[in-house]
Amino acid sequence: MSRFLWCLFVVFGSFYSSTGLAADAAATESSVNITAIIMFFAFVAVTLGITYWAASHTKSTKDFYAAGGGITGFQNGLAIAGDYMSAASFLGISAMVFARGYDGLIYSIGFLVGWPIILFLMAEQLRNLGRYTFADIVSFRLAQAPIRTLSALGTLFTVILYLIAQMVGAGQLIRTLFGLPYEYAVIIVGALMILYVAFGGMIATTWVQIIKACLLLTGATFIALSALSHTHFDLELFFRTALESIKSSGLANHKKVVAEGKDIFAPGGLVTDPISAISLGLALMFGTAGLPHILMRFFTVPNAKEARKSVFYATGFIGYFYILTFIIGFGAVMMVAPNAQYVDLAQGTLAGGNNMAAIHLAHATGGDLFLGFISAVAFATILAVVSGLTLAGASAVSHDLFANAICGGKVNEQTEMRVSKFAALAIGIVAIFLGIQFEKQNVAFMVGLAFAIAASANFPILFLSIHWKNLTTRGAMIGGSLGLITTVVMVVLSKTVWVDVLGNKTALFPYKDPAIFSMTLAFVGCWLFSKLDNSPRAAAERALFEAQSIRCESGIGAAGSVNH
Amino acid sequence: MNNDPVDSQLIKRIRDNPKYQQLVAKRSRFAWLLSIIMLVIYYAFILVVAFVPNVLGNKLSPDSVISVGIPIGVLIIVIAFVLTGIYVFRANGTFDELARQVKEETK
Repeated sequence: MSRFLWCLFVVFGSFYSSTGLAADAAATESSVNITAIIMFFAFVAVTLGITYWAASHTKSTKDFYAAGGGITGFQNGLAIAGDYMSAASFLGISAMVFARGYDGLIYSIGFLVGWPIILFLMAEQLRNLGRYTFADIVSFRLAQAPIRTLSALGTLFTVILYLIAQMVGAGQLIRTLFGLPYEYAVIIVGALMILYVAFGGMIATTWVQIIKACLLLTGATFIALSALSHTHFDLELFFRTALESIKSSGLANHKKVVAEGKDIFAPGGLVTDPISAISLGLALMFGTAGLPHILMRFFTVPNAKEARKSVFYATGFIGYFYILTFIIGFGAVMMVAPNAQYVDLAQGTLAGGNNMAAIHLAHATGGDLFLGFISAVAFATILAVVSGLTLAGASAVSHDLFANAICGGKVNEQTEMRVSKFAALAIGIVAIFLGIQFEKQNVAFMVGLAFAIAASANFPILFLSIHWKNLTTRGAMIGGSLGLITTVVMVVLSKTVWVDVLGNKTALFPYKDPAIFSMTLAFVGCWLFSKLDNSPRAAAERALFEAQSIRCESGIGAAGSVNH
Repeated sequence: MNNDPVDSQLIKRIRDNPKYQQLVAKRSRFAWLLSIIMLVIYYAFILVVAFVPNVLGNKLSPDSVISVGIPIGVLIIVIAFVLTGIYVFRANGTFDELARQVKEETK
């Protein structure tokens, strides 16, 4: 416990000194919002209090990885929604609606429709077969060491890419909102997430996520309602006013839309050809079902019934949230775009970048106080999401790689937990380092790449191990690796990295999203090499399928129920 | 390990229990049916976006600026939520009751 207090001291020390520095830099950075800082400190104080409480309740690996299995369906639904409603989706999707209109809604729908599929085909199976990581399920009847190594690789790739994108976003956002220098912002986010995860494990991570989900839903509801109240809740008038306002917008993007006579209420240029459309759809829909920090949440509830309920609530919250971001996007077109106060006329973007649409709308509708609240909520959102990611990464290292792949499952709980805490520390440091390195890079492709890897490497082996009797270790290894490698190669050779990041002239791979190819290849690889596998081990693995299905269906033998 | 040896006698008893077979058949048929409904709706939408995007740009009425794409998009979100509700209602009622009976009978 004393170690915990010591770390607390270090973090607050660094925050104190960095705010001091921030005052010096205030001339170059933007102004400091006092409400935002007070709200943020209140959030940090509450969450650190929770972490302190959670640390005293984290005694076993089950507490550390799965919050003791005692989270209810409703709580878990909020936590899942919290994991999913990242700052990237709050600011990013509202910004996309703001900049391109209807296209933003196409993204939201893709992100949402994965949830029913997860519920129907995976949720209860995950709960009944797994304990702490999704590799538990895949290795239920397949060989432990190779399968866990592959799954851990898939997890770490997804987690690190997602983390970098969140860290860079966090640094830029916090610099704009709080006037803190970029490096300090990244270090503070990293230090807090290490504290939450290493000391509070899943219990702290879950409660941080729940609090943040409530704050974000409340904040977004207020922005949307204030924007709607501007036209007296008349939707026709709301959209008509947005359509009028865009004509007087100072944004380069909006001027182009107006000049070309594009309809902002119809699909625009986001999806250009059928292959890209389907590929994007696949990555969005099935990527969700392969995100390790999301899958991990299914192990925190006591049984299949609660697992199902959590998806029901999560889908409701997330769907509601996306409808709000749609309103917020057009609200910003109506109230932010024509107002010179929020526009950087020289750049032809919003002040602080186009991702600030929701933040500026908060100011336009509720003044400094509300801006402060939403800024603090955005920061809380980032903190909560990076914590979930770090815990997923740490679990893959300690539970999959260390305890099972290396030690063959013969390791005591305390050692495994210690490894996990050090893994959290290591992942945190790597994330801080890369977050600072990538400051000036375009990281937008990283979330897309994380989703594509989740859809093409994690999802196929997980799905087939649950539903297809004939999957063997060899098939899963070859198929999963093919999915992982082709995704990375195709994204590197596509326009987003090859041209936009590496500065080459033309892309070697013509499509933005590789999922249609990489996912197909993964499934075909798994199928073909399982079919060709006549080894005795393959026969034994197929024979185990019956016991696996019985446990899936009935829950008999499923990992421990509640700790009451 | 996590796959604690479930004894083979119990497996046999469960497998041969008619209620277990009924549970598996019903549950998987229902789960796949709902999945297919969701997939068809979503990919129909994506294909319209890819091939005939203008369809979604049609106005609700001649004197409205709102496109049909907006209510359709919101409707897909609502349908996704309703489908999860339908599944949870049936699974937490009928299916769990069947599973309970199977456990009871094969003890």
